[in-house]
Amino acid sequence: MTTPHEIEDLLRTCAPQVLGVLVRRYGDFADCEDAVQEAMVAAATSWPADSVPDHPRSWLITVARRRLTDAVRSDIARRRREETAAGQAGFASPAADDETPDEDDTLTLLLMCCHPALTMASQAALTLRAVGGLSTAEIARAYLVPEATMAQRISRSKQRIAAAGATFELPPEPELTARVRVVLHVLYLIFNEGYTASSGASLQRAELADEAIRLTRMLLRLRPDEGEVAGLLALMLLTHARRAARTGALGDLVPLSEQDRSAWDRQTIAEGDALISATLQRAPIGPYQVQAAIAAVHASAADPADTDWRQILMLYQLLEVLAPGPIVSLNRAVAVAMVHGPQAGLELIATLDSDDRLSDHHRLAAVRAHLLEQSGDRRAARAAYQAAAKMTTSLPEQRYLESRAARLS
Amino acid sequence: MKYLLMIYMNPSVFDSLSEDERNAIFAGHDEFQKPLKESGELIGFAALSDPSQSITVRVRDDALSATDGPYVEAKEWLAGYYALECESRERVIELAAQIPDAKLTAIEVRPVMESSGLEM
Repeated sequence: MTTPHEIEDLLRTCAPQVLGVLVRRYGDFADCEDAVQEAMVAAATSWPADSVPDHPRSWLITVARRRLTDAVRSDIARRRREETAAGQAGFASPAADDETPDEDDTLTLLLMCCHPALTMASQAALTLRAVGGLSTAEIARAYLVPEATMAQRISRSKQRIAAAGATFELPPEPELTARVRVVLHVLYLIFNEGYTASSGASLQRAELADEAIRLTRMLLRLRPDEGEVAGLLALMLLTHARRAARTGALGDLVPLSEQDRSAWDRQTIAEGDALISATLQRAPIGPYQVQAAIAAVHASAADPADTDWRQILMLYQLLEVLAPGPIVSLNRAVAVAMVHGPQAGLELIATLDSDDRLSDHHRLAAVRAHLLEQSGDRRAARAAYQAAAKMTTSLPEQRYLESRAARLS
Repeated sequence: MKYLLMIYMNPSVFDSLSEDERNAIFAGHDEFQKPLKESGELIGFAALSDPSQSITVRVRDDALSATDGPYVEAKEWLAGYYALECESRERVIELAAQIPDAKLTAIEVRPVMESSGLEM
């Protein structure tokens, strides 16, 4: 007996492989992608009752191919064909020994979905559908938009890719590495959408974190020597391990220093820790690896007071060299304050006030508020918390900042 | 980022328009929506009735009172909205400027609060 959950896992593992075979044979990415989605729907409805076929991938390829040829035929025949006949044809059981892909095209698919002609939101949506095997409805629920809106985004993205003249093949180096970086960024954004989701209300959204981890694991199998892929996976694991402790009973945010560390997922931490340690020893260093190393330092402290802030400061200095940016500088200021005292941190963030990318950013005000509170200036800290609360567009962050301000009055 | 674009209406400005000018505004909304539906940026929209049709509901000491008319009496009032999801602040400003009413009154653009948050 196969459970619906196992069937879904199986389907979603097969999805990119099946799509790869079809695109390789028929060329049209957009149509093939639709056909695979239809085949997956057909499988989800017919497999649990009929039991899973011996060669699920071949089954899906055959059904998707029929859908595809039906779609093409119906275009040519201007839809003279009877819809019902085609619908039934799709459910017929195909020969078992059909075709097996001789190479895995999942990486090519990932690059296609994260094509530079697309916006990041579209790259994420298309990756979740074409590679992740999620339905449009599931993606729409996760991103809190109507299904029609998401369907439009996905179909527009496919048009854009076609218009950009994308071909279904891996680009040569060094373009390949550069394109893989884009994929990593998209996976990182999908993870963050899920990780930062408030608990309870948006379960589907929280599952994006698991999906991002699954896809990054898959990418690591395809690019095992790329340190940044391993770095990103380690970063996700070490961050995700804290998920149970990051919010309180009411969905309120709990800062790292106040989290119940016994609720951290030790097994996931161990996996992330082992992965980042091994990677740092063999691969050229990169920003995801450094961020994973920082997360590993936090994870290794049983008590916040035991945190090795000197090491974290050193890592942020390195990150600032590898990937300079105002948010990295802001995080370094927190580490500076922990090592050299709040005043040193405040002096550092004073230099960020003139940075246009950050001057009206709530996180600058929030960090200033924390450092002022540590330095004992309650009145200024309260004003900074209130300023940060006004600037944020996140409800849980706003509640957190308002409650910190209220504690100081 | 999701934004609410609030369309404000001033009846004295609207009354001064010719029939053709009014029709152009209505047609302008249809034109505005079409590409946004296709791009997947449009999340929702609505036109609101005249504020004289408003019902203002209050609960005081567990007692409900419903009175006819708006909560705030004002010369300008909310006539409708668009809910959009845009890549950037620049993009949403560009789109707000395309709403026909921007030429008559003004469009107020505000980010929608997210339910996600990062622990600090």
